[in-house]
Amino acid sequence: MFLKEYFGTIYKSVKSLLQGMKLTGYYFTHPKEIQTWEYPDNRATLKMADRFRGEVVMPHDENNEHRCTGCQACEIACPNGTIKIITKQELNAEGKKKKAIDTFVYHLELCTMCNLCVVACPSDAIVMAQTFEHSVYDKKTLKKTLNKPGSKIMEGVE
Amino acid sequence: MISEMVIAGVCLILFLVPLCFILGYMERKVAAFMQIRLGPNRVGPKGTLQIIADTVKLLFKEGLTPSASDKFLFNLAPFIMVVTSMLVMAPMAFAKGLQIWDMNIGILYITSISSMSVIGILMAGWSSYNKYSLLGAMRSGAQIVSYELSIGLSIITIVILTGSLRISDIVLSQSNGWWLFKGHIPVIISFVIFIVASTAEINRAPFDLAEAEQELTAGFHTEYSGMKFAMFLLSEYINLFVASAIAATLFLGGWMPFHIGHWESFNHIMDFIPSSLWFLGKTFFIIFIIMWFRWTFPRLRVDQLLNLEWKYLLPISMVNVLLVTLIAIMGWYF
Repeated sequence: MFLKEYFGTIYKSVKSLLQGMKLTGYYFTHPKEIQTWEYPDNRATLKMADRFRGEVVMPHDENNEHRCTGCQACEIACPNGTIKIITKQELNAEGKKKKAIDTFVYHLELCTMCNLCVVACPSDAIVMAQTFEHSVYDKKTLKKTLNKPGSKIMEGVE
Repeated sequence: MISEMVIAGVCLILFLVPLCFILGYMERKVAAFMQIRLGPNRVGPKGTLQIIADTVKLLFKEGLTPSASDKFLFNLAPFIMVVTSMLVMAPMAFAKGLQIWDMNIGILYITSISSMSVIGILMAGWSSYNKYSLLGAMRSGAQIVSYELSIGLSIITIVILTGSLRISDIVLSQSNGWWLFKGHIPVIISFVIFIVASTAEINRAPFDLAEAEQELTAGFHTEYSGMKFAMFLLSEYINLFVASAIAATLFLGGWMPFHIGHWESFNHIMDFIPSSLWFLGKTFFIIFIIMWFRWTFPRLRVDQLLNLEWKYLLPISMVNVLLVTLIAIMGWYF
């Protein structure tokens, strides 16, 4: 009885060890299973994955117009205070006062690319860009203003 | 005479240092492929120069000695490690007729010298004045003292079959087939036990309790930096090579080409491949298996480690020695 248990333990453990070695041996002999990429030196032909998130950007059209209304939904949604929106009052065409953004401050050094601001935005004003290589020598350069100078809100975006 | 010895020693160092570069690169690539990664690929073609870059980095680092440490022992320990692992190379048969010292107790010399490496580890752990170093060194002591037994017993099976401790006799006795194939199941069992126990002896995963990164930062060489750390790394890779070379010599015929009994023409074809290539090929095959172990198995706890030795490997190898003795007396091997 003791011997049966003894050899049973040996058999089971050797079997499970060989199972593990079979899996790693399979990975070793099948390089197509490799999940990681080489560093992207092929900039011209580089195709990033759709889900890759590099940084938050605000797209502007050719008239230097963006879609941000200054509602600050993204600022509230951000879990670690990456976004700071400074608003101003602007007169529209009918002479009414209207809220608009003055500066959209984005701290890349605080951002974790969680995408919550993009989800929270009701007017699709911000998107995630696919840039990388964000390392810099001066931390101050990571504080970015997303709206371009002189830009204004697009017509029809409320 | 002395100049001859110096030349042999310099040749050995010139062989071992590039070998350690190759082993370091091989280890990182094998690890990467087994973990579905690419591994080093930036320095040189396919990352081949990565190890050179690492060595240059280590050369420029400060060799710090902790102020509370025992400075003499602390600086001596890396040298003891490298010297003990290089001494083992003396009776090793690298190719046909290429042996530094073919003494008549070759294999006994190898086992006794290779167990001295624990002195270097204990020295490093004790003199560092660091609790992690000391814990790692003590674990390593317990480990090497116990696994020495199974290594000895599995070497004894081959010594019984050969009837000699001389390395050249052991290799020549396999001229009509390697012991792994000639000796039936008992020799296969002792081969497996030898590989497992020598993995423990050279402190590699899954038996790397002496350095156990996750628990003890780096175990006995936590306090070492720069070239002193590099010497521990060097001795680790030389030990890996030595353990694999001994396994290849005892069980896979050393430099002896693959011969089958009396198939004269087949044996002559096999003789065309140089004996040094046979030796290195077999050694690298076993090195690959030991690396395969490392990147597959999780580390054992201390109690599991000692259970494995005293409850499983040692009783099995004792019974195995009896079986091999029976085979040798009755002449049942080929």
